[in-house]
Amino acid sequence: MFEHLSERLIRTLRGISGKARLSEENVSAALRDVRMALLEADVALSVVKDFTEQVKIRALGQVVSSALNPGEAFIKIVHDQLVSVMGEANDALNLSTTPPAVILMAGLQGAGKTTTVAKLARLLKERHQKKVAVVSVDVYRPAAIEQLEVLADEVGAIFLPSNAQEEPLVIARRAVLEARRQFADVLLVDTAGRLAIDEKMMDEIKLLHGVLEPIETLFVVDAMTGQDAAITAKAFNDALDLTGVILAKADGDARGGAALSVRSITGKPIKFIGMGEKTDALEPFHPDRLASRILGMGDVLTLIEEAERKVDKKKAQKLARKIQQGKKFDLADFRDQLQQMDNMGGIGNMLEKMPGMSQLPAAAQSQVNEGMFEQMGTIIDSMTPNERRFPDVINGSRKQRIAKGSGTQIPDVNRLLKQHKQMQKMMKKVTKKGGMRKMMRGMQGMRQPAGFPR
Amino acid sequence: MIRVSDVDKDLLEDDGERPRFWGRLRAGLGRTRSQLAAGVGNLLLGDKEIDDGVLEDLEASLLQTDVGIDATREIMQALTSRVKRKELNDTMALHTALATLLKEMLRPLEKTFSVAGKKPAVVFFVGVNGVGKTTTIGKLAKYLQDTGARVLLAAGDTFRAAAVEQLQRWGERNEVSVIAQPQGADSASVVYDAVESAKARNFDVVLADTAGRLQTNTNLMDELKKIKRVVNRLDPAAPHEVLLVLDAGVGQNALSQVEQFDEAVGVTGLIITKLDGTAKAGVIFAIARRFCQPVYFIGVGEHLEDLSPFNADSFVDALLAID
Ligand SMILES: Nc1nc2c(ncn2[C@@H]2O[C@H](COP(=O)(O)OP(=O)(O)OP(=O)(O)O)[C@@H](O)[C@H]2O)c(=O)[nH]1
Ligand SMILES: Nc1nc2c(ncn2[C@@H]2O[C@H](COP(=O)(O)OP(=O)(O)OP(=O)(O)O)[C@@H](O)[C@H]2O)c(=O)[nH]1
Ligand SMILES: [Mg+2]
Ligand SMILES: [Mg+2]
Repeated sequence: MFEHLSERLIRTLRGISGKARLSEENVSAALRDVRMALLEADVALSVVKDFTEQVKIRALGQVVSSALNPGEAFIKIVHDQLVSVMGEANDALNLSTTPPAVILMAGLQGAGKTTTVAKLARLLKERHQKKVAVVSVDVYRPAAIEQLEVLADEVGAIFLPSNAQEEPLVIARRAVLEARRQFADVLLVDTAGRLAIDEKMMDEIKLLHGVLEPIETLFVVDAMTGQDAAITAKAFNDALDLTGVILAKADGDARGGAALSVRSITGKPIKFIGMGEKTDALEPFHPDRLASRILGMGDVLTLIEEAERKVDKKKAQKLARKIQQGKKFDLADFRDQLQQMDNMGGIGNMLEKMPGMSQLPAAAQSQVNEGMFEQMGTIIDSMTPNERRFPDVINGSRKQRIAKGSGTQIPDVNRLLKQHKQMQKMMKKVTKKGGMRKMMRGMQGMRQPAGFPR
Repeated sequence: MIRVSDVDKDLLEDDGERPRFWGRLRAGLGRTRSQLAAGVGNLLLGDKEIDDGVLEDLEASLLQTDVGIDATREIMQALTSRVKRKELNDTMALHTALATLLKEMLRPLEKTFSVAGKKPAVVFFVGVNGVGKTTTIGKLAKYLQDTGARVLLAAGDTFRAAAVEQLQRWGERNEVSVIAQPQGADSASVVYDAVESAKARNFDVVLADTAGRLQTNTNLMDELKKIKRVVNRLDPAAPHEVLLVLDAGVGQNALSQVEQFDEAVGVTGLIITKLDGTAKAGVIFAIARRFCQPVYFIGVGEHLEDLSPFNADSFVDALLAID
């Protein structure tokens, strides 16, 4: 329902065009739409009340300008209010302290803390060139420490060992010393999941907080959480004085009302959102963008930023030049292209952020699945350089060898070759019509929020 | 005069005279008391007259328990029409009627979980990330063993870091074998091996863990279908049960979870975990209106014995308990 809110509002408010101002009567139906949408989106009831009240105050007496129809004007008010409740801008992590800067994670069972530790470690390492150590004080959940160890290994963070027979406080004290000894810039501390009403466990984390003196205490909350988000966030905030919130599992179709609840109940900024299980699936939280997404305007800004960071510019330029010169787009180029798409989190991730794409039927979305890229890559990797350059030489027996080498079937190889042919054709078209530039301009156009749906 | 309290119109309007409901609710919130209990507890404070305020408060408490707009509206309509007909005259009667209605809504979800006569019964555990699938398998293994069944576990989550080790730990606690392959292996082949081995070794039941996945991720949902297809080859009736695990804290997204997991692999039953917290899975009322899968078990903690069969009456009683 969140996705369609903007359309609904425009419909609801269509009747009042021609009237000069938004008034109590003409916005009451629209306010009801907002309430319903927010409740369906799992925003806590108290937060919904405050929110709609604020929207009403903002809306009343607004002059309906000729540039926007009343629906659009109202959406803009709702959007602005969403942004202002969720915080004006993304707050980065605060690490300015004598190293190691300790970051303590807290949250309910299964929220995504351990995974988020790995994601943060990777982010701090790759984008901020920090030396990161991690430690688990989760002595309760079976294999919790192993889980962190595997992940630390994967992201190349220093793993400070601990074991389930130890006291969490003992582990914590040792970890700080050890992190300092190893000159780590940051120490990420993973804790066991706990219920806010479990006094013993809440006391434990308070003690941990006291010993560790973290510069950041981050509350990890599941994006699918319902009304309880407000209650739990409040309890954790009261116990620990949180410095920020991370919204995990935001990659699904949950409306994510929990974000709004937690933010307005605790007043603490949402710093990141988790967009998948892999360790690179962590994105800075941009309230304005989430508000746009909530209202169905897409999140093109994040996409462009991400594209700029991840796409290997040199390769892209080389490819563009090659194509402009009318050279053939061979399988090696195709391989690079696949890699770059993969770097950007796969086609699914890209589509999701385009305006209107979330409404694409599931069937259409599944046509472009992620595993497909990986398989295509493997197939190309199993070819000889010559085959990559001159795909036409690939005959039956070569296909058999390639299929075997890549653990696929001949039809898969055939499909790949066909897809490459199609891509080649598309590339030709793009260069002919000066399409590249057009495409870029198209992307730019999507950034303008002026493109309200209808 | 009693007016039908319409969620659309009245729900969030504050008349300014009554203390804000939220504040009142917070002040009185006991330790393990549910939102709903906290919200409707005041109905029991005396045999007061039922006025608009009382009904609006009730409506708000239902929404705060994740019952959702549609189910809340339905419950409110049923109750207000009885108030109008003068069948319910005071708040005590309203409270009783509420309890009865909620129980009636959930009773169709009661069903005894049985693996008898399958040899082996193949049970899949599916659900979104972190809801408690693996832990519930650990608990259910004990539960079934206590009934005399021979249980085998299949470490079908080959994706998440240390998921295999986690299940193995539960296996050790129960002294139950776990069929596993290293992380990254094909999940379907692990489950296949387990079923094959259970057949050969004459086990009664295979509990198959699967990786958490969001229902919108088509690739991962396809992977789940594949596990089912592969196991089907060994026994056309397998899996005999596909249990969808839901977290008590989940909001309205639970509806999409039930719908999409069911569409992919045919959900035969639900399990609600983490009911020992403040969240009480009110969305189950919305689920009960739309789907027909039973709730077999509820999870109330992280220990072996923290699993019990679902009983509608005790569930609602706990939901409304004020102690
Ligand atoms: N889809 C998706 N899954 C996630 C995300 N973050 C975490 N997960 C998954 O959620 C599940 C739980 O994550 P964990 O990191 O183990 O959660 P936790 O809070 O450490 O859990 P406990 O230690 O048991 O309290 C795992 O299956 C993760 O892979 C995310 O952003 N998106
Ligand atoms: N309080 C409480 N915690 C529970 C309950 N059931 C599971 N948990 C905890 O929830 C967290 C996640 O449980 P898991 O069993 O790992 O969940 P999962 O669904 O297998 O997770 P993934 O495999 O990562 O998707 C762990 O910390 C469990 O101890 C319960 O009934 N009550
Ligand atoms: Mg953990
Ligand atoms: Mg699991």
